[in-house]
Amino acid sequence: MTVGLLGTKLGMTQVFNPETGESLPVTVVQAGPCTVTQIKSDQTDGYNAIQVGYEEVKPKALNKPELGHLAKSGASPLRHLKEYRVADPSSFEMGQALTAEIFTEGQLVDVAGKTIGRGFAGYQKRHNFRRGPMSHGSKNHRLPGSTGAGTTPGRIYPGKRMAGRYGNTNVKIRKLQVVKVDAERNILLIKGAVPGKPGNLLSITPATIVGQQ
Amino acid sequence: MNAEAIIRSIEAEHLKDSLPTIHVGDRVRVGIKIQEGGKERVQPYEGTVIAMRHGGINQTITVRRIFQGVGVERVFLLHSPLVANIKVLRRGKVRRAKLYYLRDRVGKATRIKQRFDRSLD
Repeated sequence: MTVGLLGTKLGMTQVFNPETGESLPVTVVQAGPCTVTQIKSDQTDGYNAIQVGYEEVKPKALNKPELGHLAKSGASPLRHLKEYRVADPSSFEMGQALTAEIFTEGQLVDVAGKTIGRGFAGYQKRHNFRRGPMSHGSKNHRLPGSTGAGTTPGRIYPGKRMAGRYGNTNVKIRKLQVVKVDAERNILLIKGAVPGKPGNLLSITPATIVGQQ
Repeated sequence: MNAEAIIRSIEAEHLKDSLPTIHVGDRVRVGIKIQEGGKERVQPYEGTVIAMRHGGINQTITVRRIFQGVGVERVFLLHSPLVANIKVLRRGKVRRAKLYYLRDRVGKATRIKQRFDRSLD
């Protein structure tokens, strides 16, 4: 129940741990700067939340209702808006800038974003089915195999794993470690991979850990 | 700054600036930092560079030596802090970028001709 940041995936590299010297795979993330564009409270909206905006654009990229909404907080035109539920919205003010400084080195974060779209994918790619033999007269290369019994039940059970659209879904990768915070440029180094390709929109929040908060 | 420039600037902080020029076929001595009972010391490893891979912060060399009759190959991340120092002992004259053919050879056949037109640093 704390505010997070919107950001952009920039790419991956590796850095060295200064103490042990081991190499760490890291994702470079542009996190913020975000602007508080709306404060929702129990009295007015029935719940407590902070709406933040990210990525400045030209005013002509937005329509008049969007520009009017952003004008209320005095924010410049922003492309993306997202709400974060908070316990106490009174500690925020309209138009306040949120930077990468809200995260500290070593902290665990959850990173949510859209995964790479793979289109209509087959059994092997989508569900990790094993493939048939490629040679020795085999004609079963990437087929699904049996999808169930015969006359009884006479139908395929719902939920049977089959080919179909794969990827392009919202996914949250939990408990990734922040390796470094560059407050000046609003850049986070996060250990491990995050969803999507470079340029993907991400939402970075402090990790929710069962039993805490 | 675009994404690529930002990533390069992050890598630049971790790059070493005093690496010798290494070529495939060279004989090198690599000092590796190892932890031993709470104490840190530098262990030398000497052998022939049979391959170089990647560039920038990921750059590695594969060093082959024969130890007690057994071929040993170790891959070193050149910019890693665990690689304390690298010294080129002898420049080799080879006509391949990867010397994997040395794995099939024993004894005298594994010798590499020395070249003298490159300095040792």
